[in-house]
Amino acid sequence: MGLYTYDSTDIPKTDRIPKLVENLYAKMPEIESARAKLITESYKQTENEPMIIRRAKAFQHILENIPIVIRDGELIVGSTTIAPRGCQTYPEFSYEWLEAEFDTVETRTADPFYISEQTKRDLKEADAYWKGKTTSELATAYMEPETLTAMEHNMFTPGNYFYNGVGHVTVKYWEVLDIGFAGIKAKAEERLAKIGLADGEYQKKSRFLQAVIISCDAVVTYARRYAALALEESEKCADSRRKMELLQIAQNCVNVPEKGAASFYEACQSFWFVQQLLQIESSGHSISPGRFDQYMYPYYKKDLDNGKLTREFAQELMDCIWVKLNDLNKCRDAASAEGFAGYSLFQNLIVGGQNSEGIDVTNDLSFMCIQSSMHVFLPQPSLSIRVWNGSPHELLIKAAELTRTGIGLPAYYNDEVIIPSLLSRGLTIEDARDYNIIGCVEPQKAGKTEGWHDAAFFNMCRPLELVFHNGRDKGVQVGPQTGEVEDMKTFEEFYRAYKIQMDYAIKLLVNADNAIDMAHAERCPLPFLSSMVDDCMKSGKTVQEGGAVYNFTGPQGFGVANMADSLYAVKTLVYDEKKLTMKELKQALVTNYGKGLNEEDIAAMTAEVANDMKAEGKQVGANEITAILKSVVAAVESPEVKAEGDRVLAMIENVPKFGNDIPEVDAFARDVAYTYTKPLLQYHNPRGGQFQAGLYPVSANVPLGAQTGATPDGRLAYQPVADGVSPSAGKDVHGPTAAANSVSKLDHGIASNGTLFNQKFHPSALSGRRGLENFVGLIQSYFDQKGSHMQFNVVSRETLLDAQEHPEQYKHLVVRVAGYSALFTSLSKSLQDDIIRRTEQGF
Amino acid sequence: MEEYLKTKGRIFDIQRYSIHDGNGIRTIVFLKGCVLRCRWCCNPESQEYRIQTMMVQGKTKTIGEDVTVEEVMATVQKDRPYYRRTGGGLTLSGGESLCQPEFATALLRAAQERGISTAMESMGCAKWEVIEGLLPYLDQYLLDIKHMNPAKHKEYTGKSNELMLENAKKIAASGMTELSIRVPVIPGFNDTPEEIRAIAEYTGRLEHIKRMHLLPYHRLGQDKYAGLGREYLMGDVEPPTNEKMEQLLQIAEQTSGVECQIGG
Repeated sequence: MGLYTYDSTDIPKTDRIPKLVENLYAKMPEIESARAKLITESYKQTENEPMIIRRAKAFQHILENIPIVIRDGELIVGSTTIAPRGCQTYPEFSYEWLEAEFDTVETRTADPFYISEQTKRDLKEADAYWKGKTTSELATAYMEPETLTAMEHNMFTPGNYFYNGVGHVTVKYWEVLDIGFAGIKAKAEERLAKIGLADGEYQKKSRFLQAVIISCDAVVTYARRYAALALEESEKCADSRRKMELLQIAQNCVNVPEKGAASFYEACQSFWFVQQLLQIESSGHSISPGRFDQYMYPYYKKDLDNGKLTREFAQELMDCIWVKLNDLNKCRDAASAEGFAGYSLFQNLIVGGQNSEGIDVTNDLSFMCIQSSMHVFLPQPSLSIRVWNGSPHELLIKAAELTRTGIGLPAYYNDEVIIPSLLSRGLTIEDARDYNIIGCVEPQKAGKTEGWHDAAFFNMCRPLELVFHNGRDKGVQVGPQTGEVEDMKTFEEFYRAYKIQMDYAIKLLVNADNAIDMAHAERCPLPFLSSMVDDCMKSGKTVQEGGAVYNFTGPQGFGVANMADSLYAVKTLVYDEKKLTMKELKQALVTNYGKGLNEEDIAAMTAEVANDMKAEGKQVGANEITAILKSVVAAVESPEVKAEGDRVLAMIENVPKFGNDIPEVDAFARDVAYTYTKPLLQYHNPRGGQFQAGLYPVSANVPLGAQTGATPDGRLAYQPVADGVSPSAGKDVHGPTAAANSVSKLDHGIASNGTLFNQKFHPSALSGRRGLENFVGLIQSYFDQKGSHMQFNVVSRETLLDAQEHPEQYKHLVVRVAGYSALFTSLSKSLQDDIIRRTEQGF
Repeated sequence: MEEYLKTKGRIFDIQRYSIHDGNGIRTIVFLKGCVLRCRWCCNPESQEYRIQTMMVQGKTKTIGEDVTVEEVMATVQKDRPYYRRTGGGLTLSGGESLCQPEFATALLRAAQERGISTAMESMGCAKWEVIEGLLPYLDQYLLDIKHMNPAKHKEYTGKSNELMLENAKKIAASGMTELSIRVPVIPGFNDTPEEIRAIAEYTGRLEHIKRMHLLPYHRLGQDKYAGLGREYLMGDVEPPTNEKMEQLLQIAEQTSGVECQIGG
């Protein structure tokens, strides 16, 4: 029995909502330059001041001057750009990539942005100041040469925080709703008054607290600008109903977020300013609202009980927030845009689950959040639901109804795995029970954690490629010399070589992440964000400097299924059954099973042969190079090579694969996953926290697969790598229960930064009440077996093919891509293909 | 090990995560061999008892495998967590399971003794003693009635329908299993209002009926005929439209007085 009785009845959508959505999507998103200009102006004036003060003053300067707008029909206000779904730029983190992509950003396939010539000029002028001052430049300076080499060779990519802010946090929204920024400012002033001028930490603490005070004032100023604008617009407004709305908005913005919220409406507006301004300060994504249904509930309940609020109006306000969450946007570099495709900011909002005492706290708002996603039908927020043995059945059915719409929401999370997993990382039982999800799948305790949850993509296939080449890649020694692969006498020896390559790459990954971590602490400490995370105010440190209670770094590995299948195939064919020699296998991999290689690989092979000849003292001129090139091309494309490739592929196809509920293969996969999850645990970050693994790829399995050669599981070069902990696409042939059983055999608890299991269903699998019941049963059964997360695509293959053909007719088609929902037509062709190719189950 | 678990039988497929054949999430075991030769049959490889080969996507596939009850149960047990959450279990299908009575009975018994619910899709085309023998182990009987006219039944399926209709009455009267009637709606064979009404009338007179299903004809089995080197006799007959199905559903509901639905 839960803590609250609740009303789960559906509430209809108002006419306002579709209009807001239509306005939001009327045009291609646009890049604006206001923030870049303002932060540059401010930095120029504060050059001799402490960094934390410079950050606060820049934040203040931006909020006092950035253009503001109230969009037609909005009830919740606060827009980061004048253009809907536009974005600002953040040159203090990095800027070179955008300048390099000025002329292609509008036409690229993944997440294009319009940019005007004037904006280009403005940005160029502002950017000139930032040379040598960015976090990415400092991070590079902190990295070892071998780390940079490994990154050049695509062993891993920490691109996210390398080029951007960190984000990936849930702050104490509830404290802002309760005491407002006036209250937070008062706390800072009180602490400031207590530190002695001669205290050893005076300089550090006092400047941080002063920065908090400046930030609090800046936010209040910004809200007041909105109040003035609303008032001004109300005076001009002829529509009496809208006039009243604008007056109410003006009043709200006078009250919040300065003071505590006096009503549910004010709480909504106050929430929104926090959500929006965190992103203006930091550029990070995955700034996650978290347990919205919990911290908003007291305001809802009080107004409802007092007759000041109807359920219908509460729903409309929430719908407005849902629309606003899609108004925030971010332009990433072209490569990252492929990895995070779909204009997504991963603002994860979670409903249901237990409170800190272990009691289910599903309430009216839990249902209304799901309803909002049905009404608004857009990718944001990344809606999630906590599932446990005490979840109300009705909530799960309501969630399944949302899944059935095909929007790819919500994602389902298992309390029974996540809570113990967090306990094992040192959270208290109370904090662990109160977890929410950051970004895609990463659990943490809100308001106390700097989790660095999305710290890098680690491609588990690449170390195996190194095993086949004694640690070399394209002629460069990238990993340790583990010996010639043909000389490895036993599978154990081969597997040991893989682990050595893994350990080494993981160590370099840690080196890269920690370098970036240091750079953020030194160059971009965030006072506004830190004012809402414990124990920053107490310790006088920002979250970037280790001020949070819990500190982690969570880089995510992917390719578990490919590596399990690959190593199992090597074990079976080469060592157990001896059907294939290692030399034959290596040759098949090098030639991509006779299916052709790209120019880059051909060139690298040619160079390698040439270098070997030079090493032997031979003359290598242009004529020799041409001859080598010809012979390389002939060698990889001859009929014999093709036939041999087919022979090897046919053998591999008959080896059992992960995802088919075969105990031996599944146990093997569990062990392979440990080669990533276990070594990471020994490492620490500069904030005093531990590294912890995630197993999920966002959508990077496609672009990073394109940089990966053929693997012994029969995957061809450049093809996508398996997604999350899911079986390789098309290899699970015994349906969703068999796939789920296999995936549940992995150790989800040790991957405490989250695991991701995707399943795709045809809508007929969820038809009728019985379909919903069976669907919920499927999730619960996977969770009974200690799976951690599950998400679904429910859309027919035909629909997707048609959408590829006629994107203009599917502007709003949302699919779930590895951890978040995205607009299908905004994805790159290759990612679209990957989604279509995934085994369609349940028909 | 108990002796009956060693009972051997011939199957041609085991399909997990079936959600349209009985309650909850189920595992269907397809037994090989059938007494009928329905023209629209979507599993033509099920009809002959002998092990045969079929071309599937350009490759030769052997259809049919002799297995013990114990071996089948090893697969069926794998989805126990799903059965528990959804009330699902084992479903026997075919072919006609009653063609292998000892094996079918042993499978149902093995499931039931292990706490797994049981269902069977069948035409009821066997001696009553055979059916009677397995009823104690059967929770749900999904019984096909294809047509009320014996001559037309014989023309399209190769056998007349008297025995099956008689068995339907006896199964219903026994009260030992939850009985649902399933009607494949085949254009040109039984898709007129009169024909569906006749089946619904008969269904309505049976005792303890749980539900009546109208299963629209589909062509998903078409390629298998080519794979077996056989001609597909349905030609380009189109599946019934949704409107047509809705109309027939209404007739079935009004006539039978029992709960009716489209699909399994």
